[in-house]
Amino acid sequence: MTTTGLFLLAILALGFLITFQIAKASEYVSVLKGEKKSFEQNNRINGFLMVVFLVLGLIGVWWCNSALYPKTLMVHPSASEHGENIDTMLRITLLITGVVFLITQILLFWFAYKYQHSEKRTAYYLPHNNQLEVLWTTVPAIALCTLVGFGLYYWFKITGEAPRDAMQVEITGRQFGWIYRYPGKDNTFGKKYFRMIDEADGNLLGMLWKDSTMKTPNGEQHLKADPSGFDDIVETSEMVLIKDVPVKLIINSRDVIHDVGLPHFRMKMDAVPGTPTTMWFTPKYTTEEMKKITNNPNFEYEIACDQMCGNGHYSMKGRIVVVKKDEFILWRAKQQPGYKPAEAVAPAPAVADTTKATAGL
Amino acid sequence: MSHAEVITTHEVHHDEHGVHHHKQSFITKYIFSQDHKTIAKQFLITGMIWAIIGGLMSVLFRLQLGYPDQTFPWLEDILGNWAKGGKITPENYYALVTMHGTILVFFVLTGGLSGTFANFLIPLQCGARDMASPMLNMLSYWFFFGGSIVMLSSLFIQTGPFSGGWTAYPPLSALGDASPGSKTGMDLWITAMALFVVSSLLGGLNYISTVLNLRTKGMSMTRFPLTIWVLFFTAVLGVLSFPVLLSGFILLLFDRHAGTSFYLSDIYVASTSQALPNEGGSAILFQHLFWFLGHPEVYIILLPAMGMASEILSVNARKPIFGYMAMVGSLFAITILAFLVWAHHMFVTGLNPFLGSVFVLLTLLIAVPSAIKVFNWLTTIWKANIRFTPGMLFALGFVSLFISGGLTGIFLGNSTLDIHLHDTYFVIAHFHIVMGVSAFFGMFAGIYHWFPKMFGRFMNNTLAYIHFWVTLVGAYLIFWPMHYEGLAGMPRRYLDYSNWSSFNQFGDLNKFISTVAMIVFAMQLLFVFNFFYSIWKGRKVTTKNPWGAATLEWTTPIRPGHGNWDGEIPEVHRWAYDYSKDGRDYIPQTEPIGPNETKH
Repeated sequence: MTTTGLFLLAILALGFLITFQIAKASEYVSVLKGEKKSFEQNNRINGFLMVVFLVLGLIGVWWCNSALYPKTLMVHPSASEHGENIDTMLRITLLITGVVFLITQILLFWFAYKYQHSEKRTAYYLPHNNQLEVLWTTVPAIALCTLVGFGLYYWFKITGEAPRDAMQVEITGRQFGWIYRYPGKDNTFGKKYFRMIDEADGNLLGMLWKDSTMKTPNGEQHLKADPSGFDDIVETSEMVLIKDVPVKLIINSRDVIHDVGLPHFRMKMDAVPGTPTTMWFTPKYTTEEMKKITNNPNFEYEIACDQMCGNGHYSMKGRIVVVKKDEFILWRAKQQPGYKPAEAVAPAPAVADTTKATAGL
Repeated sequence: MSHAEVITTHEVHHDEHGVHHHKQSFITKYIFSQDHKTIAKQFLITGMIWAIIGGLMSVLFRLQLGYPDQTFPWLEDILGNWAKGGKITPENYYALVTMHGTILVFFVLTGGLSGTFANFLIPLQCGARDMASPMLNMLSYWFFFGGSIVMLSSLFIQTGPFSGGWTAYPPLSALGDASPGSKTGMDLWITAMALFVVSSLLGGLNYISTVLNLRTKGMSMTRFPLTIWVLFFTAVLGVLSFPVLLSGFILLLFDRHAGTSFYLSDIYVASTSQALPNEGGSAILFQHLFWFLGHPEVYIILLPAMGMASEILSVNARKPIFGYMAMVGSLFAITILAFLVWAHHMFVTGLNPFLGSVFVLLTLLIAVPSAIKVFNWLTTIWKANIRFTPGMLFALGFVSLFISGGLTGIFLGNSTLDIHLHDTYFVIAHFHIVMGVSAFFGMFAGIYHWFPKMFGRFMNNTLAYIHFWVTLVGAYLIFWPMHYEGLAGMPRRYLDYSNWSSFNQFGDLNKFISTVAMIVFAMQLLFVFNFFYSIWKGRKVTTKNPWGAATLEWTTPIRPGHGNWDGEIPEVHRWAYDYSKDGRDYIPQTEPIGPNETKH
């Protein structure tokens, strides 16, 4: 289909040629008319366009808002309390910056139009005015202090300690997917070490299921099995959370930096290899409730990777299902711990390579 | 050193100068030139070539974003492996966005912008015959050129150029196994960036010493045009922060090839089923080193645009810049604060929340000097007598874009909102408006305004007007709607959103944005054409001072030779902004203070 390409190029070239000819012609015209006259004409046109741009621009802002605002998350309530705080903060900021935006843009283009060149007028020599300058140093300073105040109030609330009764879920990023871990009945996560990761064996997180000795660059290490991990549930399809029960996520990465982005909860935190991070929030609506709220029968809480992590970044999707407490208990009862007693472990299959190739990295 | 001493040494220096710059071959005049004006043009033209390449890349990835489900077989004819089967593959998509970012941020808006105007304007507006060290200045360009060649060459290697985002966060950038672009492409990327940093340091040191030591008689610092102030602060920012970036890159190079663990720890490589030996490194350390430059870099890009816009607004409003000292003060405040806000890029990396709160405060503090500047610009055009030259149009556009993009910075600088908006399209919209497009507007303003001084000819006005209006409208059409995508949490750096139920409602919008982006890009080609056509065929400049500007560069001959002024360097008696004073259109800086005037 080289013809399409050539065709597009030809149109482009033709467009250029025409524009260029018009521009050349206008230069000759201005020579004929006299420089002064053509300057005045151009100045009037551009001055007029300034006010046209202002009016059309403001209409455009309004129109764009009415077309796109319904497509944002802001039209539905946030799915977490933290998210509600963030939405409030967003509205406060929008109000203050919106007022400043309108005033300054209107003044800019209005002045440009109003004070365009005129033979009759000379510009007003005004090098400075201390009162004015103090005014627009203090007013923005006060406005910004207000925003900092509100912002930090919410920030410390959101990043503060998770409630004691929060359930804990571990989420680990890898190229290109998520692994979720629940602590099991003992409510304690078993220890893990990244050199114990063995995908073929089903040990995705490197949990210490058995005693082992290994050579590392730091010398020989003896690792004891950690029984508290034997009942841990490891899941790769979805994370199940309980409505109205705070959850603390412990965030890890197995390879590069990922980011747990939860747009509906308005939460986000990086997953950094070697440095676990945490965040907590309280889901307010079950997935079923959210389907009704958003009027979307296919609604899902999606986990989007928000940190560039390689070629599959765009497809690194996870899923959260929020359910009621009794449904959660049922779900958990059905889950099998990942742990396999040592003797039951089959020798690593030789065909494991095919799964690795599709797993990315 | 006393002022008098400086003046004498520099006059002696110039007397030597007058003798030996006449016999020049083509090579010493146009290629290995030590004339700051020629070096400026070299930076400008190299920057323009980069801008076209970087812009074309954005057109290609916008094509993918707008039409993720279509193939364009003709693309394969043009691009070969880059568009196999007429589709941009994920590897190539990420290579394109990474290169687009690197090229535009460093090679166009740092090298191309500062390199051009610092070189061109500092000696001309300070009243110096050339830079403090013309030799280093020439080397600065050739390091830039070398870096450009290495960066360009990385596009042609088998594993492709670096593709981990322009911020090059390890471990992705450290591990060849994590992404094909992190193999040889990354080594070339680091090499090119190292050469670039050297170029920037050589340039920066030169600018600082020229501004401080080679001013003409009477040119005290408070008489500087604002352009000199911004270029000075920009150079200080660059000299203090680029070495930190370089050190970060060197550690990264060690991690890549020398087995160190500065940034690496606890990594399991699935493709080889092996855990890496590294333990104890911190991937976040790199981000601190990177953003310690990365944030000042924003101002390295923006300050020159601010200064040129200030100067051009004042000249064409026929009015002094309002609140000169407040402008200088706010530039100074921005320069200092620029070093103290880097971690606002890292609110969601697991940073200590208290530390985060300090960075919130310092970040939003920057809005105060920025607000002062905006209101001062508005007052400058209040009761003015405005000539809409192409430069003036772009300066006005700059102010509009700076307001729009600056205000969204107040959202992102507030850590609470950043949790939701971080790494979404809101960020793309914010920084493209405030440091991408607005810096470009400052650069265009500068080019249109100083083109007559550079080449002794004017650019075509009609083409310039079309260029301005289409670009201004187009820029808003492209980036304004992206804020809404960001409010929906739509992440950056995805090449296809159609499989995401949370983000696929924007398919039509993405098509629209892509279409506008292509039109705006085509319009920039019109500018490039106008630029080169006008160098040879533009209307000739007939007077020394076509804009009626008060600054020193307009006292040189229409086409100044090496050494700038034919006779003595003029002496300066007043500030650069006496427009419409005492019933006179303008009073040049060289005119002595009248008996009834107060001294400035």
